[in-house]
Amino acid sequence: MEGLLQGVQGYMYPNEVELQWSVLIVLYPYITGLVAGAFILASLVRVFRVEAVAPTYRLALLTALAFLLVAPLPLQLHLGHPERSLEMYLTPHTASAMAMFGFVYLWYLMAVLLLEIWLEYRPEIVAGAQSATGPLRLLYRVLTLGSYDVSPEALRIDDRTSFVVTLVGIPSAFLLHGYVGFIFGSVKANPWWSTPLMPIVFLFSAIVSGIAAVMLLYMAMTRLRGLEIDMPCVDTIAPYLFYAFVIDFSLETLDLIHRIYEADESFHTLDFMVRTRLYLPHIIVQIVLGTLLPIGLLALTQVVKLSEPARRGLYATTGVLTMIGIFAMRWNVVIGGQLFSKSFLGYTTYKMEFASQEGFLMAAALLILPFLILWALVRLLPPWGGGHAAPQVRPVA
Amino acid sequence: MSDDQTGRREFLARSGTFLLLTGAAGIAWDAVASGEPEKAPNYRSTDHWWAMAIDVEKCIGCGNCVRACKEENDVPREPFYFRTWVERYHVPEGDIERPEVDSPNGGYDGFPEKYRAGDGAKSFFVPKMCNHCAHSPCVQVCPVGATFESPDGVVLVDKTYCLGCRYCVQACPYGCRFIDPRTKTVDKCSLCYHRISKGLTTACCETCPTGARMLGDLKDLKDPIHDFLRTHKVQVLKPQMATGSKTYYNGLDGSVR
Repeated sequence: MEGLLQGVQGYMYPNEVELQWSVLIVLYPYITGLVAGAFILASLVRVFRVEAVAPTYRLALLTALAFLLVAPLPLQLHLGHPERSLEMYLTPHTASAMAMFGFVYLWYLMAVLLLEIWLEYRPEIVAGAQSATGPLRLLYRVLTLGSYDVSPEALRIDDRTSFVVTLVGIPSAFLLHGYVGFIFGSVKANPWWSTPLMPIVFLFSAIVSGIAAVMLLYMAMTRLRGLEIDMPCVDTIAPYLFYAFVIDFSLETLDLIHRIYEADESFHTLDFMVRTRLYLPHIIVQIVLGTLLPIGLLALTQVVKLSEPARRGLYATTGVLTMIGIFAMRWNVVIGGQLFSKSFLGYTTYKMEFASQEGFLMAAALLILPFLILWALVRLLPPWGGGHAAPQVRPVA
Repeated sequence: MSDDQTGRREFLARSGTFLLLTGAAGIAWDAVASGEPEKAPNYRSTDHWWAMAIDVEKCIGCGNCVRACKEENDVPREPFYFRTWVERYHVPEGDIERPEVDSPNGGYDGFPEKYRAGDGAKSFFVPKMCNHCAHSPCVQVCPVGATFESPDGVVLVDKTYCLGCRYCVQACPYGCRFIDPRTKTVDKCSLCYHRISKGLTTACCETCPTGARMLGDLKDLKDPIHDFLRTHKVQVLKPQMATGSKTYYNGLDGSVR
């Protein structure tokens, strides 16, 4: 603890020396962003009828679910009294932006994602309940929720319902992540956070990261299954990623230009922070490697006629850079917002712990966990071929 | 009327007041002892509206207030946890945007001499504490309402309810909150609520040797704080934050933030 004071430059209010929100709070917007983004990609198939990306439809839904299940964990682990977290549901303070988290989360989980996945997978679930053996059969039987009717009429109703659910799901996904942005953007005490652009910047960066994540997962999983990557599919995803990225970057640039031009009382402090302590994560990792480079690579694939392997390579590289860039963006918002004093007179340092409750190992575990959940989900509800993932073989009549 | 008579009358009045107050304290004692002084029958929270007046001109940076506060309220002694602290400002002439500020251990040990008189700059001390805002951003953001504004205008924390999410720490523009490492809940100045609701003043006011801090009840028209606010040009910290701060500073330099 005493070492903390050595990381202070200039003057911090004494209570500010220790950072309040650790790497776990960096994970929270990162993970919810992936959820929202993955869902938006799925909605391309379902609502906007972009048939070319259909192979990723189910995978996108399962990815969203896997990450959504993990989303509350970093928050829970970060609380001083996790055992009291239920109070947020029971006695929410309605003026608090944070109090709404539980409700937004539950709405999204129960009314949107689980419902849509259930409707999408009902034929497979029913088939599993009838043909699987052992405990798996029991599990499928539970998942049917007692509904075994897979007649064409029933499936038609499912289809219509799930269309409506996706329709409701799009604003819900916007709400889920725009809301996370609002949690930061509404803190007037913190000029690094306090901007009405924050929810919309969070939203577009979420869409970017979600699309990149599903694209990468689709490519990796197809390869692991020893199959050919559906090039029309990834060739269609890439421009969507590109456009979302351009909007995201424009919004962030607008924020930056606005700050530089206005140069309010906090400007010199934030400017100095970005040039020194945040230089590597903000300028190098987030802007150069994580934004400009992937946008440039994506633009290349749109402008120059490249061979399939070259495009695949570029998409994979872009995807990885994007994931790193968006993580850096979350890091710079959450950690960067705590490195300077609200007196605008000094800076402190964040030293990530290694094996503690809020340390590196825990953060790594929380980032790996969604992939384990996704692995289990994929085994239980295979995303390949059926339902809207392959419209051409959709069960008819 | 002779001096003798006046003396006797004053004595009777004072003893009467003393007996009355002792009686009142006796009635309140059950509530006070059970940790809920606001329920004391003779302390009606709606009858008060607490504020603090701080006279920067009078502060000598002795750190009495910081020590008294930590002692009275069992604040962790490490240099990262303060309900109140004192800052030393050193402002080169005219350069109010770049003051040099320090607060070694929050001023707990006083301030070692650092500046020479006549170095072309002004130096002064600024005691800091929770501003007990009437529109507290910290209260607004608490997801469960564990921190709240009492009817008598004090921002308090229910430690049995606080989740330890730290959103309020982020929301306070003045850096007045911290997480108590022992309870893992938020902590802050309570305006010595356990004392003021018994008719006492706060520990910091009690121990300030120069009277730089003055607790005041804005609902009590006889309270000297009214005179202070009328006769001094007062300012609150970061007025642009519009938090409805009730900690009023006299002699606050423009460099203070």
